[in-house]
Amino acid sequence: MTAYDVVIVGGGPAGLAAAVALRRAGAGRVAVFEREQELGGIPRHTNHTGFGLRDLHRVMSGPRYAQRYIQMAERAGVSLHPGVLATSFLAGAMIDVTRTGIQGLETVETRALLVATGVRERPRAARQIPGDRPAGVMTTGALQQLVRAKLPVGRRAVIVGAEHVSFSAVMTLAHAGCSTAALLTDQAHHQTYAPLAWATTGRRRIPIITEVTVVEIVGKRRVEAVVLSNGRRIACDTVVFTADWIPDHELARSAGLPIDPASRAISVSSGLHTSQSGVFAAGNVLHGAETAEVCAFDGCHAAHSIARWLGGGPWPDRPVPIVCDAPLIWSAPHALADTGAPRRRILLRTSAPVPRITARQGERELWVGRPHGTPEPLRSMWIPDTWRSEVDFAAGPITLTATLS
Amino acid sequence: MSTDLFDVAVIGGGVVGTAVVRHLSHHRLRVILLERAPDVGAGTSKANTAILHTGFDATPGSVESRLVSRGYHLLKDYATRSGIAVEPTGALLVAWDDEQAASLPKLAAKATANGYESTVLVDATEVYAIEPDLGAGARGGLLVPDEHIIDPWSTPLAFAHDALVHGADIRRLCEVTGVTIGAEVTTLHTTTGPLATRFVVNAAGLHGDTVHRLFGFDGFTVRPRRGELIVFDKLARPLLGRTILPVPTATTKGVLVAPTVFGNVMLGPTADDIDDRSATGSTAAGLAGLLAKGAQILPALAHEEVTAVYAGLRAATEHRDYQLSSSAAARYVCLGGIRSTGLTASMALAEEAVRLLVDAGLVAEPRRVDEVHGVTMTNLGEAQARPYMDGGTIVCYCERVTSEEITRACQGPLPAVDLDGIRRRTRALAGRCQGFYCTAAVVSTAVAAGGQPAAPWLAMP
Repeated sequence: MTAYDVVIVGGGPAGLAAAVALRRAGAGRVAVFEREQELGGIPRHTNHTGFGLRDLHRVMSGPRYAQRYIQMAERAGVSLHPGVLATSFLAGAMIDVTRTGIQGLETVETRALLVATGVRERPRAARQIPGDRPAGVMTTGALQQLVRAKLPVGRRAVIVGAEHVSFSAVMTLAHAGCSTAALLTDQAHHQTYAPLAWATTGRRRIPIITEVTVVEIVGKRRVEAVVLSNGRRIACDTVVFTADWIPDHELARSAGLPIDPASRAISVSSGLHTSQSGVFAAGNVLHGAETAEVCAFDGCHAAHSIARWLGGGPWPDRPVPIVCDAPLIWSAPHALADTGAPRRRILLRTSAPVPRITARQGERELWVGRPHGTPEPLRSMWIPDTWRSEVDFAAGPITLTATLS
Repeated sequence: MSTDLFDVAVIGGGVVGTAVVRHLSHHRLRVILLERAPDVGAGTSKANTAILHTGFDATPGSVESRLVSRGYHLLKDYATRSGIAVEPTGALLVAWDDEQAASLPKLAAKATANGYESTVLVDATEVYAIEPDLGAGARGGLLVPDEHIIDPWSTPLAFAHDALVHGADIRRLCEVTGVTIGAEVTTLHTTTGPLATRFVVNAAGLHGDTVHRLFGFDGFTVRPRRGELIVFDKLARPLLGRTILPVPTATTKGVLVAPTVFGNVMLGPTADDIDDRSATGSTAAGLAGLLAKGAQILPALAHEEVTAVYAGLRAATEHRDYQLSSSAAARYVCLGGIRSTGLTASMALAEEAVRLLVDAGLVAEPRRVDEVHGVTMTNLGEAQARPYMDGGTIVCYCERVTSEEITRACQGPLPAVDLDGIRRRTRALAGRCQGFYCTAAVVSTAVAAGGQPAAPWLAMP
C-alpha cells in the first residue's frame, strides 16, 4: 500500500499552496489528489486577469495563476496526481484514503489529510426553480468549461445573481458571442466592485434588475424565456445560475466530520483542524466563495498547522465555538483553539448591513470594532482575531453580535 | 417509406411498449416499435417513483392487481439476470392519525386478497425502532417486506436492446398520425412515412386514447395526472432504510419517501389532474407542498440539498383499472390507462398483449430456447459494483461515471441522442452539481464518440 505523510484532496489554490508550503517546511511525502484531469482548480477556467496580487505579488490571468502554482508544486517535489478521485477516508493512527483512477479503486495511507475540495454553485434544482427542464440552464462553472472547450453556448442569456462571479459570467458569455439580456438579484443593489460592474454590464448597457427572483423557466427542448417574480418575461436561450455557494463537503461529511449548519462548511477551529485528529480543511470548502488568494493563504495556514502536528504538536483539545447572532450568518473558522497557528482573520457573512461587531464570551466583552471588507449581504467581510489572547479557553462559546453604533 | 410488411407494430416506446416488443421478438415474428420522441423510455417511464410493487394495495380482482403481482416476479427475475439495479429494501406504510391506524388491518387483509401474505402490522414503538428518523406522530404501521426499488431508466432500455438482439426494429422520432385498416394489412401513416403491418399494439401511454380513436374505438379518455418529484442528495440516503408509504386514499397512493437505487432519496409524487399532455414542468405550489410534507415525514430531509426536480405525467383515465382490449377485425390490441404501476406490470402486460394478439388471430410461434439471448446492462445501482471501481477516466464526479461509459452510451444500436439520453444510460449529469463540473466533458466525449456534432447535444439550432 502506498503511504504518504500528507495527502491533500483537491488541487486548486488551497491544496497546491498547502503542498508547496509543506514541502518548503520540510514535510516528507506530500501528495495532491485532483479528480479533474488537470491541476489548478477553478482559476484554470477563469480566463481574465485579477489573480495573484497578494500571494504571488504579480497580477495575472486565472489560467496563468493556476500554472504558476502547478510549477511551484512540481519544483517543491510534491507528488501530483491529477485524474484521481478520493472516494472515502477512514481516520485512525494512519488515515486510509480510497482513491480511484485509471487502475480502479485502491487504498493509500497517510499520517495527515487536508481536505481542500472547494465549492460549487447551487444548480437550478437545488434552488427549487419551477418550470420545464430544457437544455441551456447552467451554472457559471459549467459555462466556463463549455466556453473553454469551445462548445456552443446560446445567443442571449439571463444571469441569475449579481455577485463578482455573475459579472465574470458576463465576460465569459461575451467571449463566446452570447449577449446578456439582464442580471437578476433579489437584493436592492448588485454586490460587486463599481469598476467591475462598469467594465462588464455598464459599458454594454446590460440592465441589472434588482429585488426579483426567477419564478419559472419556460422551454421544452431549449430555454425560451424566464418569468420573474414581478411578472416580467424575458426571452433568452440560456440561463446562468451564479453564486449561491455550497461547499463540496461530501467526502468529509460521509466520513462523519461535523458540518456547520449555516455555511454547510466543514467545521474547523482556528488552526484549520477538523474534529478528527489528523484531518485538516482549507480553501473554499470552508467559505463559499472567497478569492483564489484567500484560498492560497488558507492552504499555507493549514500547512503550518499540519507541520506542527506532524512534528509532535498537540491536537486542539476543546476549541471554543464561535456563535453568530442574526443578522450575522456564519463565520470561518467556527471555533478558536489555543493550539495551532492563529488564523488572524475571522471571515463572516451577514444578511443585513452591520456597521460594528461585538465579540463576547459570556458577559465579557472581548472586542468591538468595524468589520473589514464590505459588511453587506452576499459580500465578504472579516474581523481580526487580535483579541484571541483575551479568550478563556476553558469557558463557553464566543458570541459575535452586530451593533448599530 | 418501407414496403416491408411487419407482423406486429407496437406504438409507444415507454416501459410497456418496449416490454411488448421484447416479448414479441422472442417469437418468430417481424416486429417494429414506433416512438414519437427522440428516445425510448423518455416520457412517463423516466419520471416515476421507481418502485417494484408487490401489488399489496391494488384493488383485489382487478386486471391491475393480477398483472402487478405477475409482473413483480417477472421483472425482479429479469432485472437480476440483466444487470438492472434492483434492491430489496422493503416498505413501511405509516399511519399518521388514529383513523389511518384503524385502517391498517384492512390494508393487511387487502394484501392477502391480492395474494400477498407477508405484511406485518407494527405499533408506533416498532415504527420508530425500524425507521428512527421519522417525524413525530406515527400511530402504527404496516411492513411490506418484499417491496423493491428498481432502476427505471435501464428497464425500458434493456427491453429495447433485448428486442434489437432478437431482430426487432426500433424507429425513433416516428409519430403515428393516421391509420388505414385494410382486409389483411393495416397501414400506419407516420411522420417518417407509411408503414405496413398485420397487427398493431397500442402502448401509446398519454396518447393511448388518441391512437385508440384512430382505430375507431372509444371507451376511455386520458386525463394526465401530473406527479412532481424531488430527488435529494445522496447524503440524505442514511436517513431511511426502506420506502415510507402513506395510507393510500381512493385516488392516489399519496406522497412517499423512498430510497433510489442510485443512492438518493426521492420525495413525491404530487397528483394533479391536468389537461395539457405536455405539461411536464414543475410548479412552485407543488414543490412547496412536497417539501412541507417531506419535513413532516422525515424532518432531517429539510436540511439536505435538492439534487433534482422532475414532473411526470401518468396516463390516468376515468376508470380505476387498466383498459385492455383487442379486436380481431382490426387486428388490434390496446394497452390503455396504464398508470404508475406500469413499470412493475410491464412484463406481465407484454404476456397479456401477446395473448390478446393471438385471440385476435396472430400466429405467434415462440423461438427455441437456444435462440433467445440475455442482455447485460451496465449496472447503475449503488448497491452493486460500478464500472469506475475497475478503473477508467471519471468524467462525472458526483455520479462517478467514466468517459468509457459515456462513449458506449453514444454508440451501438440504440445510441443516446441528447444529454437526457446519456443521463438515463449512465447517470452522468444526474448528480448534485447538475453539470457544474462535467457538462463540457460529457458533451466533448459524446461528440468524439461520433454520431452528431456539439450543437444538437445542447439542443442548439
